[in-house]
Amino acid sequence: MQQTHRKTDPPQRCELLVIGAGMAGMAAALFAARRGIDTILVGESSEIIFASGLMDLMGVHPLAQKRVWHDPWAAIRRLCRDLPAHPYAHIPEAGIRRALETVFSFLESAGLRYFRRPQRNCRVLTALGSEKITYGVPRTMAAGVQVLERKKPCRIVDIQGLKGFSSRLIVRARHRSWPGLDAARIVFPGMQDRTEVYAEQMARALEVPRQREELARVLAPHVKGVAAVGMPAIFGMYHSDAVCRDLEQRLGVPLFEIPTFPPCVPGLRLKEAFERRLPELGVRLITGKRVVSADVSQSNGFAFGVGDDLAVAADAAVLASGRFLGKGLWADRRRVRESLFDLPVCQPDSRRRWHRRTFLDSRGHPLNRAGLEIDARFRPLGTGGRPVHRRLYAAGSILAHQDWMRAKCGSGLSIASAWAAVEAFIRERG
Amino acid sequence: MESPKRIDTQVLVIGGGVTGTGIARDLALRGVDCVLVEKRDINAGASGANHGLLHSGARYVFNDPVSAAECAREGRLLKKLTPQCIEDCGGLFVAVAGDDENYVAEFPRLCANCGIACRPLDVAQAREMEPALSPALIAAYQVEDAAVDPFMLSLENMAHALALGGRLRRHARVAGFEVRAGRVAAVKVRDKRSGTTFTIDADLVINAAGAWAGEVAHLAGIDLPIVFSKGSLLISDHRIAGCVINRLHPSSDADILVPGGSVSIVGTTSIRIDSLDDIRPTIAEMDTIVETAAQMVPELFRTRYIRAYAGVRPLVSIAKKKSDRSVSRNFVLFDHADAGISNFITIAGGKLTTFRKMAQHTADLACRKLGIAASCRTTSQPLPPCSDFEWTAPGQAAKHWMRAHGRGDLMLCECELVPKSVVAGIIQALQQQNDLPDLRSIGMRSRIGKGTCQGAFCGVRIAAYMSDRPDLPAYDGQDDLKRFLQGRWKGIRPVLWQAALAQEELQEAVHCGLFGLEL
Ligand SMILES: Cc1cc2nc3c(=O)[nH]c(=O)nc-3n(C[C@H](O)[C@H](O)[C@H](O)COP(=O)(O)OP(=O)(O)OC[C@H]3O[C@@H](n4cnc5c(N)ncnc54)[C@H](O)[C@@H]3O)c2cc1C
Ligand SMILES: Cc1cc2nc3c(=O)[nH]c(=O)nc-3n(C[C@H](O)[C@H](O)[C@H](O)COP(=O)(O)OP(=O)(O)OC[C@H]3O[C@@H](n4cnc5c(N)ncnc54)[C@H](O)[C@@H]3O)c2cc1C
Repeated sequence: MQQTHRKTDPPQRCELLVIGAGMAGMAAALFAARRGIDTILVGESSEIIFASGLMDLMGVHPLAQKRVWHDPWAAIRRLCRDLPAHPYAHIPEAGIRRALETVFSFLESAGLRYFRRPQRNCRVLTALGSEKITYGVPRTMAAGVQVLERKKPCRIVDIQGLKGFSSRLIVRARHRSWPGLDAARIVFPGMQDRTEVYAEQMARALEVPRQREELARVLAPHVKGVAAVGMPAIFGMYHSDAVCRDLEQRLGVPLFEIPTFPPCVPGLRLKEAFERRLPELGVRLITGKRVVSADVSQSNGFAFGVGDDLAVAADAAVLASGRFLGKGLWADRRRVRESLFDLPVCQPDSRRRWHRRTFLDSRGHPLNRAGLEIDARFRPLGTGGRPVHRRLYAAGSILAHQDWMRAKCGSGLSIASAWAAVEAFIRERG
Repeated sequence: MESPKRIDTQVLVIGGGVTGTGIARDLALRGVDCVLVEKRDINAGASGANHGLLHSGARYVFNDPVSAAECAREGRLLKKLTPQCIEDCGGLFVAVAGDDENYVAEFPRLCANCGIACRPLDVAQAREMEPALSPALIAAYQVEDAAVDPFMLSLENMAHALALGGRLRRHARVAGFEVRAGRVAAVKVRDKRSGTTFTIDADLVINAAGAWAGEVAHLAGIDLPIVFSKGSLLISDHRIAGCVINRLHPSSDADILVPGGSVSIVGTTSIRIDSLDDIRPTIAEMDTIVETAAQMVPELFRTRYIRAYAGVRPLVSIAKKKSDRSVSRNFVLFDHADAGISNFITIAGGKLTTFRKMAQHTADLACRKLGIAASCRTTSQPLPPCSDFEWTAPGQAAKHWMRAHGRGDLMLCECELVPKSVVAGIIQALQQQNDLPDLRSIGMRSRIGKGTCQGAFCGVRIAAYMSDRPDLPAYDGQDDLKRFLQGRWKGIRPVLWQAALAQEELQEAVHCGLFGLEL
């Protein structure tokens, strides 16, 4: 639902403006809409932003020891004890659970089923042959989780012309720990004469039953004698679960998707599901635009400029603008700033301490923990240590004292903090 | 080359930088049998970590007129004999308000004394030529500086030497000398890939190990007076100026901007260091470079930088002077007969610009000592272009792709447009030298990993491609990728601000967030 207001038009009014269309922003809009709050969501959302479609909750802690947890809830409890400033420490466990389940059932209603187990993380084989620790995986990846756990005989089938995905690379990276893994290659039917093929194109093609029949025919010689067959994530765009099941039925063997290098189809499915379903819940979506100015001088609300020509007046706002990639944070050679409100950013005192000398240092780079400090109600703090505004909230990766990339808590933290922010607004509003 | 336990040769050259490869070619042209050993890869030292400026000599007219004149002569010769490695873009020397006006006034005379062409420009003219120049410009002179591709230069020197019968062992580190009766009787070399040691019997040994020359000489019990000066440089994401831009003052930090194809390189610093163990550009150096060089070219404050790198100048301190910049940049040739070893010589110091002359002098001495009466041919014989090595030049691979393949060829590096066919060619060339290709060695020979993604994306695509090749059955793509990313990180870490930080976050989100490679 694209808006066509001019700046000269009167501002659009809403109760809650959500700034940012990443996981945190989308989740915040969903929770608000479910609670009957009149919500506008503004944000640019790139193809890469949801990346893998995996839903991490909490995987690794303490980082220095690379301790990987099977039970994400136990990991969160331990984390909150060790790092009381971590955003998870401000959210009750029941809230995190409720938030996650709300998102999962929302996605299910949009045709995206997620496989998850209440007390247990999943491990997923990636395009680089590594094991990714996560919590919820698209149903189309579930069979992979199961065979990986038992290291059952399994075949990875890649596709000629799909760059950056080699079944041999995967097999070779795992040959010691998973001897039953082997590799095969197919040509995607109907794309024989193309030099390069793209995951998204193939995913769209597989929405058509005839294409699935063809693919099954090509795959058939490669499915003998294994417990499951893994492929790059291409099983459909809108009906992935059905596409996967249909192929499985034709072939008589469990299939699973492997997350590819981003942009990755399961991530695109997520973005598509949010963008299609949120407006149906009443969220006004303004995509492809950024909030460019904010007036916080009124204690009972905000006035925002959006893009070149829109104005929005809101009673409250959730800042879910992400970090450097989303441009919620911005740095020059001296310091890191928050881009929209110029909120204080908690950060290392010198650029020399932003990053460690080893890229893959498991402890993570100190700059990853830079971000906004909040009070227990998810309101960003000003220089005096008090909330900047009664009704300004923050959620997602912009929050300080967390390193989602190393801890494997990206989506979970975004979703849980979005939930906490919306709940805090509801309490504040009374 | 096969891997025998013993290798016999007339001359052993230690070090595969521009000096060593230049010597190998010079000797080969004289018909002298020669083996070159390099502990890492061609141009792993200063030859792969310099500014790429083919000096007109104007930079040295004040501090070191001998070097200045030498650069002028060698520069002209190289433009004639190795045009494929050189972009003859010309150069400017500029002064801004506040710079020493006496030096500005003296400059043309100093140049003339050294035989260096120098044409005064008026300030408006200079800014029209190079709009990036500061509005605070007060003087400008045009000189004959040029940009040189040091990778292509060394690789082609080596290729020519190989074509003439020379031999090369990469990843082979000289680990010790057997000195008997005042001679090096044998050289122990460690093959880093296989972990084995082999022996080279040479009539004469030439130490061209650059900053490591002291370390190598020490293995034979000889002390060399070498000090180290580290210099760091910054690469911008686009070409800021058409020609070389030098600050018109007696040389100091961060005063040169050199074009390198589609990018510009700005630097350098000069920092005395004691050890060669961990050479990397630092964050403080980046600030110095940006802040100083922006006085000439203000947009350097806003420019996006792709990466930084650092190299070490081996300065031969014949006489101790106060500042590193004034220690002679001239080369020194040591005949260690003086120290009691009759068949061992060291060439040290110098510049990229004067490498040919250094090679000539070294080979002359070598031939004299060996009683070989063959004269140098590199003063007149052009360096033959070798199609294997054209990929180091920005834009080159893309042209090839358009020309030769287009359809049927996959673009593996999308930042710098390097297609599969080019990577395949490099792999084949490495295999012909009996070498196992990896991302690093392919990166050295192409633009892979040199664009905005810094290898985070193309590294994955190439690792996948290499895994698919039946002729590389033992290749471990995940391991290789991790090593490659860490190698790139050294140069990325110091430039992480503004947009580069977003790119870094994406890279980390992919490789740690999604792939968990750190675990
Ligand atoms: C490469 C990659 C891999 C990932 N892998 C995983 C994974 O394996 N598991 C997992 O759980 N999660 C993964 N994620 C997702 C990750 O969890 C989320 O990116 C993270 O949770 C942060 O979400 P966010 O919404 O806070 O920020 P972002 O995702 O950065 O979203 C912020 C959004 O705000 C917008 N914005 C910024 N400023 C403004 C403004 N002024 N006005 C309007 N809009 C603005 C930005 O354009 C952006 O769309 C991955 C992400 C990436 C990029
Ligand atoms: C920052 C900087 C900027 C510069 N800019 C310019 C410029 O713009 N123009 C210019 O003309 N000059 C410039 N120079 C100088 C120029 O780069 C050097 O003079 C030149 O590259 C030296 O080449 P080399 O072959 O002697 O040494 P190197 O290139 O250092 O080669 C020595 C080689 O020996 C190998 N080696 C070491 N130990 C052993 C061992 N035990 N066994 C086997 N091999 C070994 C090393 O791995 C290395 O590859 C610059 C130098 C620096 C540091």
